[in-house]
Amino acid sequence: MEPTGLDFIFFNAFLASNFVLALFLGLCPFLGVSGKLETAFPMGIATMVVMLISSVCAYFINQILVSYDIEYLRLISYIAVIASSVQLVEMTLKKFTPGLFRSLGIFLPLITTNCAILGLALFQTFKEYNFLQSLVYALGAGAGFTLAILLMAGMRERMDLARLPSVTQGAALSLMIGGLLSLSFMGFAGLGS
Amino acid sequence: MLDDKITSETFWEGVWENNPVFVMLLGMCPVLAVTNSTINALAMGLATLFVLLSSSLLVSLIRNWIPKQTRIAIYIIIIATFVTVVDYVIQAISLDLYNALGAFIQLIVANCMILGRAEAYASKVPPVKSLVNALGMGVGFTIALLCLGSVREILGSGTLLGFDLFGEHYQQWVVMILPPGGFFVLGGWLLLFEWLRQRKEQEES
Repeated sequence: MEPTGLDFIFFNAFLASNFVLALFLGLCPFLGVSGKLETAFPMGIATMVVMLISSVCAYFINQILVSYDIEYLRLISYIAVIASSVQLVEMTLKKFTPGLFRSLGIFLPLITTNCAILGLALFQTFKEYNFLQSLVYALGAGAGFTLAILLMAGMRERMDLARLPSVTQGAALSLMIGGLLSLSFMGFAGLGS
Repeated sequence: MLDDKITSETFWEGVWENNPVFVMLLGMCPVLAVTNSTINALAMGLATLFVLLSSSLLVSLIRNWIPKQTRIAIYIIIIATFVTVVDYVIQAISLDLYNALGAFIQLIVANCMILGRAEAYASKVPPVKSLVNALGMGVGFTIALLCLGSVREILGSGTLLGFDLFGEHYQQWVVMILPPGGFFVLGGWLLLFEWLRQRKEQEES
């Protein structure tokens, strides 16, 4: 049985089992949107907001599903909730910050297929977190995602200026950087479970 | 380009030229997460193959009745249904495997390769053709998973499919079965393919 204190849950999701670097969730935006710092940061924040909304919704949906004994509908209802909360974030951004909305472009609707968000909803169900714990878990996971994508974007901006052998350009280089980041995050493993 | 004729290209495109993992870099999360042993990689590949085949078939069959505005939602619901099926089937066949793969079976829903195929291919061509193409893509995906899974298992635990390869004096390269190993091995494969491609180009010119 792992500890269930709120601070533990936060730091576990934030560092020790970071969603991107330790659990391999949400790699598509991690590799796709991490080219520039100025788009990486809003992407991280948008993902975090969607995580919070869908975590709250998933908690209540799971309560309803369990009370009617229809858990096999869990996956379908979770993905529907995530798709609609992405739509909500998209409309809000479009209304209040049109510039940001344009710069994120296609990657905004793609948050729907970001497995970090579905993974979060599933993990909090498997771990049987209560409402407050789920909220803190979502916050930690979102912050961890933002941290990882920011670190990656910072390093890739530097790499643009470096002289590299022609073979390593493109995805291979990003993966190697990701591997090094992941290696350094393993140092936090002692903190968590 | 998308006519109704089925050629060998329909199948081989997914295996080699447009391999979902090595060329298009789609569906990376399961690729890196469950490939710490060959058997996990194989199971994940087959599960994805099944979901891909059945959702492509269904989407292609009802492609003329899907309203354009709600198509993504419909595709996702279809995929989620088949994933639920796979989830329960694996749970029934082998509980060990189910525990090893964990949430990643349910996360097949969020595999962008499957949604991408439904959107870009299955919704435009007749059932048989989309089935053949999905088969190619699924096989390509499985091969890629096996490439990673076998390398990581050999380096990380010195075994292949559970059989000991090097004897007891083998010093296990543990980091390869931990998360960073996934990044490194996939990066290594991509480097290899890029190097081969460049060498071929040089020979031609």
